[in-house]
Amino acid sequence: MPKDDGIGASTKRREDVRFLTGNGKYTDDINLRGQCFVHFLRSDVAHGRIRGIDTSAAEGMDGVLKVFTAADFETAGGLPCGWQVTDRFGEVMQEPKHPILAEGKVRHVGDPICAVVAETYEQARDAAEAIEVDIEQLEAVVDMKAALAEGAPKVHDELTSNLCYDWGFVEENKDAVNAAFESAAHVVSLELTNNRLVANPMEPRVAVGDYDPWGDSHTLYTTSQNPHVIRLLMGAFVLNIPEHKLRVVAPDVGGGFGSKIYHYAEEAFCTYAAKVLKRPVKWTSSRSEAFISDAHGRDHKTKIELALDADHNFTALRTETYANMGAYLSTFAPSIPTWLHGTLMAGNYKTPLIYVNVKAVFTNTVPVDAYRGAGRPEATFQIERLVDKAARELGVDPIELRRKNFIKADEFPYQTPVAVVYDTGNYHATMDKMLELADYAGFEARRAESAKHGKLRGFGIAHYIEACGIAPSNLVGQLGARAGLYESASVRVNATGSISVYTGSHSHGQGHETSFAQVVADMIGVDANSIEIHHGDTSNTPMGMGTYGSRSLAVGGSAIVKATNKIIDKAKKIAAHLLEAAPEDIELKDGKFSVAGTDKSVDWSGVTLAAYVPHNYPLEDLEPGLEETAFYDPSNFTYPSGAYGCEIELDPETGKIDILRFIAADDFGNIVNPMIVEGQVHGGLAQGIGQALLENCAYDDEGQLLSGSFMDYAMPRADDVRGFTVDHSCITPCTHNPLGVKGCGEAGAIGSPPAVVNAAIDALHRAGHTHVTHIDMPLTPARVWAAMKA
Amino acid sequence: MHNFDFVKPSSVAEAVAALANEDALPLSGGQTLIPSMKARLNAPETLVSLTGIDELKGVCVDGGSLVIGAATTHATVAAEAASHFPGLAALAGQIGDPAVRNRGTLGGSLANNDPSACYPAAALGTGATVVTNTREIAADDYFQGMFTTALEEGEIITSVRFPIAEKSAYAKFLQPASRFALTGVFVAKYASGVRVAVTGASENGVFRWAEAEAALSQDFSADAIADLKCSPDEMISDLHGTPEYRAHLVGVMTRRAVAAAR
Ligand SMILES: Cc1cc2nc3c(=O)[nH]c(=O)nc-3n(C[C@H](O)[C@H](O)[C@H](O)COP(=O)(O)OP(=O)(O)OC[C@H]3O[C@@H](n4cnc5c(N)ncnc54)[C@H](O)[C@@H]3O)c2cc1C
Repeated sequence: MPKDDGIGASTKRREDVRFLTGNGKYTDDINLRGQCFVHFLRSDVAHGRIRGIDTSAAEGMDGVLKVFTAADFETAGGLPCGWQVTDRFGEVMQEPKHPILAEGKVRHVGDPICAVVAETYEQARDAAEAIEVDIEQLEAVVDMKAALAEGAPKVHDELTSNLCYDWGFVEENKDAVNAAFESAAHVVSLELTNNRLVANPMEPRVAVGDYDPWGDSHTLYTTSQNPHVIRLLMGAFVLNIPEHKLRVVAPDVGGGFGSKIYHYAEEAFCTYAAKVLKRPVKWTSSRSEAFISDAHGRDHKTKIELALDADHNFTALRTETYANMGAYLSTFAPSIPTWLHGTLMAGNYKTPLIYVNVKAVFTNTVPVDAYRGAGRPEATFQIERLVDKAARELGVDPIELRRKNFIKADEFPYQTPVAVVYDTGNYHATMDKMLELADYAGFEARRAESAKHGKLRGFGIAHYIEACGIAPSNLVGQLGARAGLYESASVRVNATGSISVYTGSHSHGQGHETSFAQVVADMIGVDANSIEIHHGDTSNTPMGMGTYGSRSLAVGGSAIVKATNKIIDKAKKIAAHLLEAAPEDIELKDGKFSVAGTDKSVDWSGVTLAAYVPHNYPLEDLEPGLEETAFYDPSNFTYPSGAYGCEIELDPETGKIDILRFIAADDFGNIVNPMIVEGQVHGGLAQGIGQALLENCAYDDEGQLLSGSFMDYAMPRADDVRGFTVDHSCITPCTHNPLGVKGCGEAGAIGSPPAVVNAAIDALHRAGHTHVTHIDMPLTPARVWAAMKA
Repeated sequence: MHNFDFVKPSSVAEAVAALANEDALPLSGGQTLIPSMKARLNAPETLVSLTGIDELKGVCVDGGSLVIGAATTHATVAAEAASHFPGLAALAGQIGDPAVRNRGTLGGSLANNDPSACYPAAALGTGATVVTNTREIAADDYFQGMFTTALEEGEIITSVRFPIAEKSAYAKFLQPASRFALTGVFVAKYASGVRVAVTGASENGVFRWAEAEAALSQDFSADAIADLKCSPDEMISDLHGTPEYRAHLVGVMTRRAVAAAR
């Protein structure tokens, strides 16, 4: 049995006390003496040439301190892109400059043109209304295929076209894949859209820049998932501030889902303007502003084809995807449709030959980057929709077709044809578990019951694989990453035995303050309440890469394990000295050091006190103190997987879909805190179901955002996401990290969209609407109705 | 939000006087007006609050009608009209969420006349009378297209008289994001005949579906209109539905309202 607060215990989240009582300290809660406010004047057209900007009226208005334009940033760099993709011809991607304020052209609705800093926020907004910007409106490119057409208007005049890159993976396999299609017994194909999404974390973005002229040093408080990454990118590439003069703090952050990974213009602006004005400068995004300035997610258009032999074994898979980059390259944008997507196209299956083609396209829309799952939901959606369609076309059971082609439990480690090696998994087990929890056997009876009430019931299945715990630095370096992807931890044991842990991971809803403490408590055998987890401040934590890609426990937790092991090694040496024994004979159990086979012991605080009051201490051999830092660089990705089942009722009169039950049987490897894992899956499912049924970031042909507020952008609400059954009892531990953990943060959002859509198609087919082979997400009532009528 | 002056009179007369100022607007629950001011789409110089005026509040039966003060919140109507006029109370109880229902008011909703709002369907579907500080306006004359009404500048709705139906119901199909009506239908049966009012669907705002009224006046059953189709002409087309879909929903929601009427 797990200790109350050790590994495996559902310890309540300690941070929730402050969050739920309104005592969290978020960036917007930071108000510095003398602070002033910035408002950004943003483009209301999608594409235009700036002929002139007249700020004179605004400058004279009450409270206005300064109006900034691009001219104020001539010495600053553009916002850097952290990943360079090489295309299938060996050329590097096209990489346009992304200025802090628009230079010469505006390229999407929301592109910042001017920044007004004033004593109050309202004064800044008033003054912004008095700025006259003369813009020659240009034809906008919104549709990706149109953007690539001959003669299409160019988003960036200096580029050869709107194509960022044309990537092939694995390019050498292309001919073999095509040959396999030639000789296939069956070919199944599908065209689909992965709808554009807006992350919409509960807390909008905020930045506060502060400058200390006496130390010539800068502090940026920001809503970030990775403060060190911001310090590196902004300091080195944009503002030319060395690290020791730049502190970045990301305090409590109210959700990110990817959208707070990136380095944004507003952060650089506030940092820079604070120095110019010698006053703290604050920006708080409104929700409306978030819709047009936070990076969006997904937005792929794909054609996917599967080849099968006469026995229904998958023999080859190929895809052609158009991936929207938006108007500029956001920090990690190029990597999402490539290395986080192409490498997952084997799914859970033994498809021997795979070829993925991705064309990344610039359009006059908000930049697109990672959003919960990032590339892996896009891969999973294609594969799992297509396998379902294949089963239907071949007239076989979709479960059996999957089982037949699954990688089997005894075939791990498994080398896929798309570079990655899955370390462990047991897909048959998760599938069986899901079907059991779903009472799949009772489905027909439930369907008949629904039919009596005029409703169409359907059951949809999806099985996913994802690559998490990103990532081995040397590997991603070869793939074009301009950063390492290790994680760091410092464990500082205090004199009386309490422990302060400093992690490079960042918690913005994940509960690290609780689960990371459980890991350390378990290793040493002390009360978790004597352990505090610190994160989010570059001035006290070692260089860390932050939180995304379900990496925090797998990579950040491993760094903590490594540092804690160093602590234990040293503590054992101290204990050996105190107990007059050899270090090899010292055992640590439940916070007590003892000499094996004797009753001689010293407790944890006896050792820690000796470390800091080293009167009786081996000073010749051992430094005093008890503090260790470790960096952990993973040797592989981790590969969580799971089977998802979705049971729906569809109202044939209105097209409305109700989710009645949703079963998630996940293999996350070992589990530190089951309650937190369950919560993470619930959140992921809510977002995946949101994508499948509700959320749709839509532009019109002129590049105006049609879904620019919650009046038109449908977020899932409590009554949209009912009936979750979450199980993580199928465990194949990760083989290459010390905790055997895989990561659980994104799974729900990855596995659920195809399960929902498959359920809808299932309901329609069982009711005789066999002409409906696919409906693009979100499956709004209107779309479902139209598909039935077609 | 731009700066504005705020007055909170305690009588209709004082409110009318305050509204004589240029760029003054009445403020009721603020659920529509305040967000539009925050977005700087609206910038009145003076806000004249109506929520401190007792004579504008309350629900009471007067002969065959239910009279509701313009500044009565949706939550109050949902609770207090339930026994007298269940169809109307149920409509009020489906507006927005609890926060919206506890602040938003009948008068604000009718003055705003959002094409997707619920109350216009009830007012038109019952043949209500909109009472203002100067006159009485029949619902058939009051609604004049999206966000447009017969109200003059400075005119305040004081109450609305809803003739109590023998049977009535409101069937609302939610727009998935806003949860206003993608299409909502209020059906009311009177001795004199049946009225059917549709909101959320038309580019011209709330409207009466004459063919359905005729059929239902003959036979008040869902079957009576099973084959009746509403024309998609001049229906709203947006992210959430095509004109054809909305026209289809008008039929579905009307049948559901008839089936649910009590
Ligand atoms: C989240 C949300 C969800 C909502 N969902 C729904 C829904 O499902 N269905 C629905 O019908 N509505 C919905 N609404 C709108 C809500 O019902 C509002 O309360 C209503 O539209 C306006 O009423 P109010 O009292 O808040 O008016 P206010 O916002 O105060 O005023 C609106 C307008 O009416 C004018 N006005 C107010 N009172 C009077 C009066 N007595 N005489 C003349 N003019 C007046 C004001 O000057 C202003 O122009 C929703 C609103 C929100 C914020």
